Amino acid sequence: MSCDLTQSVLHGYMDGELDAARAADFERHLVSCSECVAALEAHETLRSSLQRVGLYERAPLALRQRVRSELHAPADLPIPVANAARPSSWRWLAIAAAFLFAAFLGWKLIPGLRGESAEAAYASAIVDAHLRSLQPGHLEDVISTDQHTVKPWFDGKLDFAPPVQDFASEGFPLQGGRLDVVHGRTVAVLVYARRKHLINVFVWPTTEPAASAQSGSQLGYHWVDWRKGGMEMCAVSDVNPTDLDALRQLLAN
Amino acid sequence: MSSGGQQEGSDVLDSQDRVRFEQLVLPHLDAAFNLARWLLRGRADAEDVAQDAMLRAFRFFRGFHGGDARAWVLQIVRNTCYTWLEKNRPLELATEFDEELYPQPGATPETLAIAGDNRDRLTRALEDLPPRFREILVLRELEGCSYKEIAAVTSVPIGTVMSTLARARQRLQRALTQADPLKNQEAKREL
Repeated sequence: MSCDLTQSVLHGYMDGELDAARAADFERHLVSCSECVAALEAHETLRSSLQRVGLYERAPLALRQRVRSELHAPADLPIPVANAARPSSWRWLAIAAAFLFAAFLGWKLIPGLRGESAEAAYASAIVDAHLRSLQPGHLEDVISTDQHTVKPWFDGKLDFAPPVQDFASEGFPLQGGRLDVVHGRTVAVLVYARRKHLINVFVWPTTEPAASAQSGSQLGYHWVDWRKGGMEMCAVSDVNPTDLDALRQLLAN
Repeated sequence: MSSGGQQEGSDVLDSQDRVRFEQLVLPHLDAAFNLARWLLRGRADAEDVAQDAMLRAFRFFRGFHGGDARAWVLQIVRNTCYTWLEKNRPLELATEFDEELYPQPGATPETLAIAGDNRDRLTRALEDLPPRFREILVLRELEGCSYKEIAAVTSVPIGTVMSTLARARQRLQRALTQADPLKNQEAKREL
């Protein structure tokens, strides 16, 4: 191998990390360097293999739940970080810990103390349903990217017809659908993908008037909820809120 | 960047910190697990170490002053993984810079494409790379990190990111196009 650039700049180029001037220089170099052309092709082949065969491994649900329960463990609420060596701070910490623990219990046990209790319970139910769906084999009952397969599948299983649309060209390909139960009510769930992430959209009929979007997040998951045309929909995912809202706009139109 | 402001941090974390942590850091749990899985070459160990790293990240959360949360947490995951490897599998780290940079004859895109379509083979080839090469490929090709993020996660200058990535890709190609692992070792001995 004789060309120095194969070992350096070529990689910056294929990773889109060169500034415009250096990228243009390298492109001019490519015209005359067959070695770099071959190397570039080989590296790009390998990159697409790495991405295509699905080597990315998502966190198992059990891990997610363990991390989440550790974060919520009352004993962990006040965490001494730097001052462990100062004995006088222990006493203060103990008092603070007891106080926080009592406050935490109150918060846990007396929902009335929380103004947003209904909303929090609702968010928990939706996020739990989302987490449950990520367990192996729980995501879809009907696996299809074709809205004309998914929509009829719901027929006869629900007393309403959820709107089913594929948004692959907008970057949200439909993955399938399933039935789920949230707060004792059977709901339709549409599953969409966004890059490596999954989005669950819960749909059920409502008699309440249309309402604009409400959103929130819990345990690192974002949700957005809205009502339109006699249907309530709630999308939940670990994608960023902007993407989630983009899907909401597609669904709401 | 050293081990990430982990020494700072103030007295206690409150529930507000926890909400912020859940919003900023917890969405990167997949990234944390994926990096740990490839560095430790196993899911079970990765679960334990990723959990440990997330809780450590929470404990040091006051040391996070905004910016790229993914790079910040991945740096902690990586440090936790290396500490774990030093303790449990010191030999793996000892061999890591035993590298030769020889030309790769006959690695045509066709042979690569065929080898690369086999998931098991690709997994094995990636797992056989020294950790520093493995991690940089995972961060770049699977996690989609920029050079700047990789530099932050692995605590090296950006220029080094590019050259390490070049070597890592070269090594992976070679591993894939040398079909037989036995032959692979013979070739090493000859060199």
